[in-house]
Amino acid sequence: MSDTIQEQIAAVINNNDILLFMKGTPQMPQCGFSQRVCAILAEYGVPFSAINVLLDPAVREGIKIFSDWPTIPQLYVKGEFIGGCDIVTEMHEDGELGALLAPFVPTE
Amino acid sequence: MTNVNPETLKSLVCQHITDADVNVHCYSGDDHFEMTVISESFAGKSRIQRHKMVYAALGDNMRQAVHALALKTITPEEASS
Repeated sequence: MSDTIQEQIAAVINNNDILLFMKGTPQMPQCGFSQRVCAILAEYGVPFSAINVLLDPAVREGIKIFSDWPTIPQLYVKGEFIGGCDIVTEMHEDGELGALLAPFVPTE
Repeated sequence: MTNVNPETLKSLVCQHITDADVNVHCYSGDDHFEMTVISESFAGKSRIQRHKMVYAALGDNMRQAVHALALKTITPEEASS
């Protein structure tokens, strides 16, 4: 059963270019760290998918195992784990995130 | 649930990252922490690798007593630049 969760997580990561595992939703984040990452992504205007880990304890624990990372939020871009709130914030400040997300910014 | 204090977290990190210069404080309640770790051992490592080194040092505390940890991991060179 736990394998199934891991497979589901892998599938959803592969099927979404920009995917945020978060507490709450982009419209209503339930945690300041999740809120900050949503706000940063919104600055770039990139479309992203979000999974509310609070809705399913199996996903909440499963993503920590999948990423080998103990905290939420977790940002994935093109299947690659980018980091949590601290790393996303640092990358935003030094321009790395802008470069990473540039291909996904809508052209008009 | 056992509470941890900043000193406990600091000593855990120092046990695992022996040259670490650790600054940690509580910013909300008794389970939200902010930590800066300066260590030569971060050189050449990605941000994710660096954070994982600190998480490994904190062990089970990351799953239990620590509700939130804002973390900065830098090398001595980065600290002085």
